[in-house]
Amino acid sequence: MFDFYFNFPLWIRMPLQGVAVILVLFPLAAACSMAERKICAWIQDRPGPNRTIAPILAWIPGMGVLQRLGLFQLAADGGKFVFKEDPVPGHVNKLYFIAAPILAMIPALTTVALVPFGAYLDSAGRLVPIMLANVDVGLLAVFAVSSLGVYSVILAGWASNSKYPFLGSVRASAQLISYELSMTLSVLPVFLLVNRPGGQGTLSLVDVVAMQSGGWHGFAAQSWHGLWGVFYLPVSAFIFLVALFAETNRQPFDMPESEADLVGGFHTEYGAFKWSLFFVAEYCHMIVGSGVFCLLFLGGWNLLPWLPLAKLAGLLGVANHPLLMGLLGIVIFLGKVAAFIFFFMWVRWTIPRFRYDQVMKIGWQRLLPLAIANLVVYALAIAWLQPRTP
Amino acid sequence: MAVIPVERKPLSLAERTYLPQIAAGLKTTLKHIFQPTVTLEYPEQRPTIPPGYRGVPTLVFDPHGREKCVSCQLCEFVCPPKAIRITPGGIDPADPAAHVEKRPQEFEIDMLRCIYCGLCQEVCPEEAIFLQNQYSMTGYTRAEMVNNKQKLYELGGTLPDAHFKWDKKKAAEEHGNAH
Repeated sequence: MFDFYFNFPLWIRMPLQGVAVILVLFPLAAACSMAERKICAWIQDRPGPNRTIAPILAWIPGMGVLQRLGLFQLAADGGKFVFKEDPVPGHVNKLYFIAAPILAMIPALTTVALVPFGAYLDSAGRLVPIMLANVDVGLLAVFAVSSLGVYSVILAGWASNSKYPFLGSVRASAQLISYELSMTLSVLPVFLLVNRPGGQGTLSLVDVVAMQSGGWHGFAAQSWHGLWGVFYLPVSAFIFLVALFAETNRQPFDMPESEADLVGGFHTEYGAFKWSLFFVAEYCHMIVGSGVFCLLFLGGWNLLPWLPLAKLAGLLGVANHPLLMGLLGIVIFLGKVAAFIFFFMWVRWTIPRFRYDQVMKIGWQRLLPLAIANLVVYALAIAWLQPRTP
Repeated sequence: MAVIPVERKPLSLAERTYLPQIAAGLKTTLKHIFQPTVTLEYPEQRPTIPPGYRGVPTLVFDPHGREKCVSCQLCEFVCPPKAIRITPGGIDPADPAAHVEKRPQEFEIDMLRCIYCGLCQEVCPEEAIFLQNQYSMTGYTRAEMVNNKQKLYELGGTLPDAHFKWDKKKAAEEHGNAH
């Protein structure tokens, strides 16, 4: 049915797919800002933004629901950011000042290329992941590219040539370096499990999901593969979660912004569209980070433990329709990501920010030793328990 | 004063991980997500005004339709921000209320100056000026924000009167005794 598409040369297909993914991710990230405001409002017993509506749409029945959800507020805000005057303060370094928000967007939109968001069965019965670039370095590439995001924060703070943005960016760089170590160490046990001795080594997220896609085989060792990572690697999942909060600059680790003590942190001098780019980038990081967490520890596109996507598609009778099965996988995966983003926001509006010294202390004195101990324990356990035969 | 030594226990291990506290906090906020909102959607829903509320100062009629103000100017003198301007005037002898002798020819309250203190209401010997329930005053110009006599009576309306003192005085005079 879609063979004509796969007959296109690669240089047409790849930009098309890339643009399609960005066209989904960008509005999704923008919608997160509205979700943030609504969730904040609900937690504070308010209705939140619910007034805006385009007059030409007001007559359509059902629009009232979207209006109450603030969907048009989102459009109005976006329009405002595009059209409002975008002043560049006189004391900034213009080139880097303008480059910073662009640099923020690039890694944010690049990492999504490496995240699989669904899978379908091809005619040969193999599970093919839906993603832009199925590379073997997988997660390593995600880490490498997403940590480039800190450069935009540093650049923004430095180019702003004013003390609060500078302090914010210094904090951001220290924080990101501190938590990246724990984050990387926390996922190593996952890949120790994926890469059996004698097999082909991989860091691909697809293989991590494949490891969690087993069925129920009774109370046998095989049934472990139906469980999700979070059940047998809870400490890893916890460390990854905390580090993810720190890496995406979310409360309680939003040191770079900390509006109470640093005015606005690194984006104090920014306004209008450039400012909104920083936030879209932050939400993109959140979405991709949540996606990676779901892939590593929450079974990716599998609906329930012991119910992998292939089996679910078989039950629903869509296993032979690549398009339907792909959509099913994407819906399940995006549902998990959405739930996770809700969790991010829920935490943000629940707990206050850590003090800077507490952030450093947690990162270096608590999380890092915990991550190392976790790695050692799991390495020994896996070496002890994993069957020797490949 | 007695000194009460407060025992400060060192934090337990669970408390030092912050996790039980965070979980408790998440539970609290989750509860609030499903609670009804406590806010009013203002222009459509209006707050209930409690008794004794001090809103915009207004002038009132008595139940017979007589304007109660006799332009004694006490409110003008007591007004701390000097928001009130009264031009006193006489009453036409043919008027049924002629025995009251005076009524304001013009009565202006500058709502840009008014501080809603309620001293005018407190000082008024005629119970003619009241701070009622209206709380929202808007206008596009400074002139619009000055309430003149007509506007003040529109806002005030008629309030019940327990005394009818001018009627009693008139009746007493007609019976020949000085009250």
